Amino acid sequence: MRKKILIADDEPNIVAALEFLLQQGGHEVLTAKNGEQALQLVEAHVPDLVLLDVMMPQKSGYEVCQRIRGRPEWQHIKIVMLSAKGRDVEVSKGLTLGANLYVTKPFSTRELMTKIDGLLESGSQPGPP
Amino acid sequence: MLHGTVIILTSFAYLGLLFAIAYYADKRADAGRSVIASPYIYSLSLAVYATAWTFYGSVGRAASDGVGFLPIYIGPTLMIALWWVVLRKILRISKQNRITSLADFIASRYGKSALLGGLVTIIAVIGILPYISLQLKAVSNSFTILVQYPEIIMPTQIGAAPLRQDTALWVALILAAFTIAFGTRHLDAAEHHPGMVAAIAFESLVKLLAFLAVGVFVTFGIYNGFGDLFARAAAEPKLRAMLTPLEGVAGSYANWVWLTILSMMAIMFLPRQFQIAVIENVDEKHLNKAIWLFPLYMVAINVFVLPIAFGGLLRFPDGGVDADAFVLTLPMAEKRELLALLVFIGGLSAATGMVIVETIALSTMVCNDLVMPLLLRMRSLKLNQRRDLTGLLLGIRRGAIVLIILLGYLYFRLAGEAYALVSIGLISFAAVAQFAPAILGGIFWKGGTRAGALCGLLAGFAVWFYTLLLPALARSGWLPIGLLEHGPFGIELLKPLQLFGLSGLDQINHAMIWSMIANIGAYVGVSLSVSPSADEHRQASLFVDVFKQTGESGGARFWRGTASVPDLYSLLARFLGSAAADGAFGEYASAKGERWPSDRLVADAGLVHHVEVQLAGAIGAASARIMVASVVKEEALTINEVREILDEASQVVAYSHRLEQKSSELEAATSELRAANERLKELDRLKDDFVSTVTHELRTPLTSIRAFTDILLDHPDVELETRKKFLGIITKETERLTRLINQVLDLAKIESGKAEWIESPIDLKEVISDTLAAMGPLFRENKITLEARLPERVSPVNADLDRMIQVMLNLLSNAVKFCDRSNGRIGVALLEYDGCLRVDVRDNGRGISLEDQAAVFNKFRQVGDTLTDKPHGSGLGLHISRQIVEHFGGRMWVESELGGGACFSFTLPAGAAAGKRRA
Repeated sequence: MRKKILIADDEPNIVAALEFLLQQGGHEVLTAKNGEQALQLVEAHVPDLVLLDVMMPQKSGYEVCQRIRGRPEWQHIKIVMLSAKGRDVEVSKGLTLGANLYVTKPFSTRELMTKIDGLLESGSQPGPP
Repeated sequence: MLHGTVIILTSFAYLGLLFAIAYYADKRADAGRSVIASPYIYSLSLAVYATAWTFYGSVGRAASDGVGFLPIYIGPTLMIALWWVVLRKILRISKQNRITSLADFIASRYGKSALLGGLVTIIAVIGILPYISLQLKAVSNSFTILVQYPEIIMPTQIGAAPLRQDTALWVALILAAFTIAFGTRHLDAAEHHPGMVAAIAFESLVKLLAFLAVGVFVTFGIYNGFGDLFARAAAEPKLRAMLTPLEGVAGSYANWVWLTILSMMAIMFLPRQFQIAVIENVDEKHLNKAIWLFPLYMVAINVFVLPIAFGGLLRFPDGGVDADAFVLTLPMAEKRELLALLVFIGGLSAATGMVIVETIALSTMVCNDLVMPLLLRMRSLKLNQRRDLTGLLLGIRRGAIVLIILLGYLYFRLAGEAYALVSIGLISFAAVAQFAPAILGGIFWKGGTRAGALCGLLAGFAVWFYTLLLPALARSGWLPIGLLEHGPFGIELLKPLQLFGLSGLDQINHAMIWSMIANIGAYVGVSLSVSPSADEHRQASLFVDVFKQTGESGGARFWRGTASVPDLYSLLARFLGSAAADGAFGEYASAKGERWPSDRLVADAGLVHHVEVQLAGAIGAASARIMVASVVKEEALTINEVREILDEASQVVAYSHRLEQKSSELEAATSELRAANERLKELDRLKDDFVSTVTHELRTPLTSIRAFTDILLDHPDVELETRKKFLGIITKETERLTRLINQVLDLAKIESGKAEWIESPIDLKEVISDTLAAMGPLFRENKITLEARLPERVSPVNADLDRMIQVMLNLLSNAVKFCDRSNGRIGVALLEYDGCLRVDVRDNGRGISLEDQAAVFNKFRQVGDTLTDKPHGSGLGLHISRQIVEHFGGRMWVESELGGGACFSFTLPAGAAAGKRRA
């Protein structure tokens, strides 16, 4: 099942790796290098899933997440947060803001892909708040 | 008709009344219900200041100078304003130390110096003689005039009268007898004379009433009030001038000022004023009322001076009547016998009061500070062994009284004619003013020493003698008058009345200026150059810090030695009699919780001090010291020990002060601690941030490496081209990781001061060219145009070569990163000026906003260009570069505008300046 996935990260190499993997998985991939750009692409394409880096210029991942969750028509969009910041406070902040998953860098690509697939199959229900 | 007998009988009746008052007051005081325990009596007794000189002389002075008589009364009034500061302190000191006289006060202050006490006594006696003679002159003149009633004839040839018929001599003898009766009936340990004080208060009332009576009679009886009198005076051109005091004579202002100062000193330091104000004072609180009552008395006794003077000048215009006698001659001319008699009694009253108090004060000084110290030193007299010395003491005082009054009479015979009353009085004023530096300096300045006081007094007194007493004797014909006109041996500069060419001044002012210069100069100068003995040190402290001490035993702290109770008792009994000695010991014993006589009483420092103080009350501090020393074996304290004791006392004060200080210090420490704690928390937070940031920066490349490694593992089928690309990324990210780790370690080394710096003179131009050459490929790759402007030669800088290459690489790679993408230009310039080398690295990128400019040098602070890729770097480069430059004494900064590129610059001290820094 082909899904539309947006990758937002300011590290071009990480974007490249994720893009390769998701394309291999048969998905349509959009990429953004900052928060602002990410929101524009969400508006334009309404992806099924967004991979959000937390530490991004212009708008942080938290902010983007909050904006998406602020729009009723986007409630079905799955949000996976990726961050090098792995302290509990940061994880719980991301989940509170409405992310479905918080993944700490570096991560196993295999595990990440499995989780993404799981999320995409679980339908349009948002994860636990 | 006033017969001589009537006058004499009235006079004796009046003196008898005074004596009765004194007797009654003494009895009351003995019974413990003293009449003088009243501020009103105290204030009235202070009016002993107003003598026959005031009574007759003020009018005389007013008749020649107009209001020129006023300074003599303005001075005391001004001084009284200062009493709260000065007299209160003198009072406290005197009570604590049982001071018996002015001489005793000065002697005590300067280490209980017998020599100083003797000198003060001699100066006081010589200085006061003119003043006493003036009283004798006033009384005898007024008597002589009054006897002629109703004729008004001036007593012109007093000196020529045979001795036996000389009124002044009789007056002197009668006054001596009365003074002995008043002042030396018994010996009092505290030198209190309550009877005398009561009599003086009474005579102050009498003289005031008599003077006011004449004033009222002249103003309202002869004339029709002040208006009428002044109008008539103003009609006479000669009299009108008197109402404008400060015109005419040159130096009038100076005269007023000096006379005021002189009388300010007189009210404090005339022996009789000191006696009444200090010695006879029974309660310090009386001062509060006296501060306004006494000036009131001064005003009252001066109100009618001008009216009487004008009245006299209008009534006796031909000058045949001495203006000093106007007070008496005006009632006589108007045929008012009783008023004239009252005036005579008033004048007699004023003179008697002065002579009695003055001679009692002087005789105490002569006995305690001159004769006794001498007698006690003469071992052949064996005074130490005599059982009872009270008789001897009284005998000495009585002899002194007679001698002083007769010397006053002698002065009157020698010089009395040459001067008006006021001028004679002022000579005495100037003499006692010589005590001012030693006393005032002594109670406010611990630095004043015995040698200083001695030299000051001697110098001031010598000048006084030369400029005031000598001319008086010369004018009276006892010395060649040429002395005044041409100076001694014809030396003009030494003319007593124009010393060192100072002319144009009143004789008194002239003398005051020179004597005060000599006195104060010697006092201060010698005090500063001679260091004080232990005794002086101790006494200075007791006097100057009198308000800081508690209780009367201040002096006891400074004694160490051995004594026996019976010795001390018999010593006291010898001088005070055994009744007084029992009283003194009983007082001391009960303070210790014992009953006298007691075997348990210890002859410690406290008892020895108590005995010495009691003794001092009878024979003065200097004599008492000698006597006590004869019965105790005293170990002298060294100056250091005295200092230690003083320090100990001040330590108690200092301790409570320190406690206060401590609690405020504690508060300060608490808030400092709080601040330090905040700072620590802040540092902790910064460290956390740093660790978290470093972790983040490490995780980012790790993430890429891990991700691509996974990909390559899981997707073996990836094309070769892609595989190569992925491996390339892994390599680059690994390099980035390595670089980051190296820089973090580097920074840690620099910040902990463990970095190794290899300092040597290096050529910065070479460093730049080498770096530029090394980076050539990078520039070409990014199509960047390089503009380097380097001078031919620059001075060397002292720095670490590798570190400087690191700085240049950092700045240049930053410039490459942020350069304009399509048309990149980098400018590098090297300049030398003001002993500095400066390097500029300029790019044409998008620039750095003002708020970011300061931040770019912070750790992990990257200002990324988000339109292009995120700049790759640790965020530590600039921070480290700046640390390096600053380590070598330089500075690094950035100048930029958004959109206008950025220019990073640094300076380093060059050549000599670099060497200096290292030194």
